[in-house]
Amino acid sequence: MKFVDEFRDADKAHALAAKIAALCEPGRQYKLMEVCGGHTHTIYKHGLEDYLPEQVTLVHGPGCPVCVIPMGRVDDAMALASEPDVIMTSFGDMMRVPGSNGSFFDAKARGTDIRMVYSPLDSLKIARQNPDKRVVFMAIGFETTAPSTAITMLRAAAEGLQNFSIFCNHVTIIPAIKAILDSPDLRLDGFIGPGHVSTVIGCRPYEFIARDYGKPVVVAGFEPLDILQSIYMLMLQLAEGQATVANQYSRVVPWDGNVVALRAIGQTMELRPYFEWRGLGFISHSALKVRDEYASFDAEQLFAVPGVRVADPKACQCGEVLKGVLKPWECKVFGTACTPETPIGTCMVSPEGACAAYYNYGRLTRQRVKEVSTS
Amino acid sequence: MCLGIPGEVIEFVPDQPDLAKVDVSGVKRVINIGLLADETLEPGEWVLIHVGFALSKIDEAEAAAALQFLEGIGQAYEDELAALAESRIE
Repeated sequence: MKFVDEFRDADKAHALAAKIAALCEPGRQYKLMEVCGGHTHTIYKHGLEDYLPEQVTLVHGPGCPVCVIPMGRVDDAMALASEPDVIMTSFGDMMRVPGSNGSFFDAKARGTDIRMVYSPLDSLKIARQNPDKRVVFMAIGFETTAPSTAITMLRAAAEGLQNFSIFCNHVTIIPAIKAILDSPDLRLDGFIGPGHVSTVIGCRPYEFIARDYGKPVVVAGFEPLDILQSIYMLMLQLAEGQATVANQYSRVVPWDGNVVALRAIGQTMELRPYFEWRGLGFISHSALKVRDEYASFDAEQLFAVPGVRVADPKACQCGEVLKGVLKPWECKVFGTACTPETPIGTCMVSPEGACAAYYNYGRLTRQRVKEVSTS
Repeated sequence: MCLGIPGEVIEFVPDQPDLAKVDVSGVKRVINIGLLADETLEPGEWVLIHVGFALSKIDEAEAAAALQFLEGIGQAYEDELAALAESRIE
């Protein structure tokens, strides 16, 4: 296992932490946002915040596709699933996301035909096997997942399938980052860029963050040392007064992304004028819809979708958590009314959500250590 | 669905240039490799798989590291593998 040790070595982690500490200017606080839920997961699992000097705070961003789906879209999906002869298909992660009338799991228990699939291509197979049914795929995810939906639609078109459509909820990461940069609530110093999204979009789309906002971005891998290395790279830029986009994860992420994937998305989908994100509200040009040329595969064209906006439960503070304004445990219902078994908010649903990650690993962070020691 | 999981390419599916059989932690299933159309891919090479699609080629060291990371995650990876085992892409 020598391969893995390269990414896990505790001595290397401490050495990196010391280098990061040495770069801190006295009296300055550093807030770095990890955009991706996978990174949040690694940070909590390995207690990386405990390695960092007190001046460096990690802020957890909105990069969890399940977490940002607003309640109204879940309700819309339920309405679609209840249409005659419909088989709704969904990734497992989506099944527990609460709408105002419960989750997909609840609807399934009530007899609605909702099936869990691993891939949109599995959904396509269900359509082939059930020619007298109308199969809808609940398409969610960032640019990592959108190419799979795009290729699946192209495949359906090539086969001439008449009973397959997608309910498109794909979102794009850049407008969300921009919304956070423009938010008055939060002053960030730099970004740990998402890993898998960047395999598709590459590193160039982040350049505006460095150019227009003067903040560095480092696209990072998912191992603990990847993240510490990325924080070091960010701190080095901040110490030198630089702001550029760097790629720490070049062993997986090509600078220009995956051209085939981008072409497939562009062929089948286009930007919506606006889309609602849970907690972030409506963001311009932040999501994808099916192009008119593929309207016969667009559930929003084929069915009457209610499109009602549903406010989040009052007690839920997912919005503040998604923007990084609140830490998970600062939410009023965290760990009491809201747990992974009975989630109120989406951040508690997905294992990549900040609340679920924190709940599952229960790390004592610096703040909590302080609270415990002073109480 | 948000996980990227490493798989070793075992063989290509005859007459289906977009499909290949891969081995993910002992689970052998067919995935779509159409997104890697611009690259060469050989049996024995590793890919990062997301919802049934190979997203990028990775080397063996990256695959080993990613695998151990995923095994450390526990339930989420078990759920992903269980979902993959149910998958019948063709």
